[in-house]
Amino acid sequence: MIAPKIIRRLQSVLPPDCLLLATEDLKPFETDGLTAFRNIPDVVALPETENQVKSILRICHESGTPIVFRGAGTGVSGGALPVDGAVLLAMTRFNRILSIDPLARLARVQPGVRNLAISEAAAPFNLYYAPDPSSQIACTIGGNVAENSGGVHCLKYGLTVHNVLSIRVLTIEGDELVIGSEALDSPGYDLLALLTGSEGMLAVTLEVTVKLLPKPERTQVVLAAFDDIGKGGAAVGAVIAGGVLPAGLEMMDRLAVEAAEAYAHAGYPLNAKAILLVEVDGTQEEVSEDVMRVREILLAAGATEVRTARDEAEQKKFWAGRKAAFPAVGRLAPDYYCMDGTIPRKSLPDVLKRMAALSEQHALPVANVFHAGDGNLHPLILYDANRPGEWEKAERFGADILELCVAHGGSITGEHGVGIEKINQMCVQFGSAELGAFHGIKACFDPDGLLNPGKAVPTLHRCAEYGAMHVRGGKLPFAELPRF
Amino acid sequence: MQTQLADSLKDTPEGREADRILRTCVHCGFCLATCPTYQILGDELDSPRGRIYLMKQMLEGAAVTNRTLTHLDRCLTCRNCETTCPSGVEYGKLLDIGRKLAESKVARPLSQQLQRKALATMLPQKKLFGGLLKLGRMAKPFLPATLSLKIPPSPLSRQGREAITPHARKMLVLAGCVQPALAPQINEAATRVLDGIGISLIEAENAGCCGALSFHLNFQEQGLEAMRRNIDAWWPHVQAGAEAIMMTASGCGVTVKEYGHHLRHDSRYAEKAARISALTRDVSEVLLSEEAALRGWLARRGPRESSRVSFHAPCTLQHGQKITGVVEALLTVAGHTIMPVSESNLCCGSAGTYSLLEPDISSKLRDRKLGHLSAPQPDVIATANIGCLTHLQSGTPIPVRHWVELL
Repeated sequence: MIAPKIIRRLQSVLPPDCLLLATEDLKPFETDGLTAFRNIPDVVALPETENQVKSILRICHESGTPIVFRGAGTGVSGGALPVDGAVLLAMTRFNRILSIDPLARLARVQPGVRNLAISEAAAPFNLYYAPDPSSQIACTIGGNVAENSGGVHCLKYGLTVHNVLSIRVLTIEGDELVIGSEALDSPGYDLLALLTGSEGMLAVTLEVTVKLLPKPERTQVVLAAFDDIGKGGAAVGAVIAGGVLPAGLEMMDRLAVEAAEAYAHAGYPLNAKAILLVEVDGTQEEVSEDVMRVREILLAAGATEVRTARDEAEQKKFWAGRKAAFPAVGRLAPDYYCMDGTIPRKSLPDVLKRMAALSEQHALPVANVFHAGDGNLHPLILYDANRPGEWEKAERFGADILELCVAHGGSITGEHGVGIEKINQMCVQFGSAELGAFHGIKACFDPDGLLNPGKAVPTLHRCAEYGAMHVRGGKLPFAELPRF
Repeated sequence: MQTQLADSLKDTPEGREADRILRTCVHCGFCLATCPTYQILGDELDSPRGRIYLMKQMLEGAAVTNRTLTHLDRCLTCRNCETTCPSGVEYGKLLDIGRKLAESKVARPLSQQLQRKALATMLPQKKLFGGLLKLGRMAKPFLPATLSLKIPPSPLSRQGREAITPHARKMLVLAGCVQPALAPQINEAATRVLDGIGISLIEAENAGCCGALSFHLNFQEQGLEAMRRNIDAWWPHVQAGAEAIMMTASGCGVTVKEYGHHLRHDSRYAEKAARISALTRDVSEVLLSEEAALRGWLARRGPRESSRVSFHAPCTLQHGQKITGVVEALLTVAGHTIMPVSESNLCCGSAGTYSLLEPDISSKLRDRKLGHLSAPQPDVIATANIGCLTHLQSGTPIPVRHWVELL
């Protein structure tokens, strides 16, 4: 509960339609893209000006009220899940593109601007913004910065952190910081890299300057079908080992293909056990050469069919299916739980086999859609939230998948962030020394722990409790901490 | 999405349908991106996902106030979200259920009740509306701008109507409610073009408003009555061999195509309604399937002046009926140049009676749309629905026409 006194202070700085207080209005904000986690916020603020944001931060700082930030609410790790007694601050009304400089190839935008809207605005200059999460039609750039979002094209063009030049942020004290510059490097500690992906734990973003890239002269998409998912996995490594760096290299298994085809009518082969989508871009000559090489490699890796998109329209269809694959899976089951682990590419065939075994063990189907090129898995566990106990089963299955990734030398998140969802797996990924370093950084920016509390970085006590249940190889993790 | 419908609803046909639709939503948020009211207002409660959640909690038995009703009222029913939704959520059908339920639980202020009743009564009656329009033209200088700008000048005297020869091929055409008074030239143009390709159009005597106006104002029973009346008016012609029921207003077209859905629980009409829906085609669909004949007629007729055209695809055409690119192709065949228009997926803010009930949001959307339509400096703006046509014309000196008039 937030004290009435604090509500009155918020009311004094915000017009009535910028502050939601009635339960009826609040419930729709109880969750983001990860609906398994829900918590009705105490209050939702929808500020319209930077001064209003500053005032909200000051009020919260002075009164010790926590804040959770929210963009379009498309995140799938529960990063924007409301916290008890906190203000949920949505930045969606900051949706203006401030300027586009086609010569310097950069765009200055407010945090509520949609990822795709940047590329649309830059299109007349033949430029685009490269990171393209599947939710790019809706997700905001502020959210992309908070989660260090990736996407199909990150294999070649990098994650959000590689495509942002500078950000202007507010600290919990309401102080403004400008981090980074229009130059490619700036002196001092690399705070830009630190804040990108900090999941709303360190500051709130007011403005983002992003790099724009010239659209490649030509792109081509090759679709390959496999009769065995392991062969598809091995083909991914073969493409990269063959010296081609595709702009995107994606894999979908049979279930995912079925769902995506129902939405996009892309002409995917429905009888394949797995398909790969390989996009190459560059000059005319480079693309022609790469397409030939990719086709040879895929056929040698056992592809049953290799198809090159006939024209731009077909390329778009190939991608439309892939980009909508997550929600399209909503056609196969009432609910799905989307995982986000990474593994070294060479482990793909083995991990996929183990995952199929886990699927049988937990008696829940899994659809696989992933950025195969950089080993970023997105298994979608299908379940029915209306059946008692099924979500808990899905959650356990998910935890097993993430720990499988760590066991193969990978990590528990590729691009979706830790949020609330993977907080326990952070204890599997890191030891107390590393977590201690994270806590030190958090304390520098937010000593009272008011920004997005309980997310992204677990307390050592939380890890001790989780670890107590997960004794591995006879070793008790975090043994130095008291158990309770 | 997890659901737990209230006991009083969960075993009703509407409750079951609502539950089925809600459970296809995975809360991904893609729909926020293409929702016009969310673009303008930036509050998730004015987005499809927010409204779905508001309806969900109402259906689950939570207390409802005017807030929920207001957010549902603000929806344009453009169904852009349905085009965007990868999970196939039938938002429009859920909204019909949600609006009816909300209205049964929340009392509207009397002024709103009167305004909505008046619109639902007057607009669908061809003669009454025609008479009022005449009065309106006389009183135009004294009316508020939201209304007076919507009143077009009297159509030009009908010159040079060629004698129409009867053809063996016949199709029904809907005159509609407000279109005959506001823009009779649209159906005249359609009749001329169809005559050119060897098809006679028939207007059935007793057919009138398609039912959309009252239905979307939540006088759902009155809307259903209009649907039954049209079915009765068309049925003898259908039995006599009319090939199709052709629509020159996409707003009516999307509704008639859903008669089968709306009347599915009406044992007397369900079957006929389904047949009528199956026979219903937009004028663009008819001409696309008769493309060879159309080309022949255009060649015989000889070239006309070609225009630079900005085309506004009504939501009821592109999202409701999922017809995209057809009108543009037909206009190109007729020798016009189609100009590129950005944000072509967004609503113009007309949305039936919406422009009268929510004038602020509506005029913001209109101005945004007109900005995009006029950017490429067209000679004419074309559209496919009478509502969009008068709404857009109220904000621009560039002529706005039904595209069939340009053939």
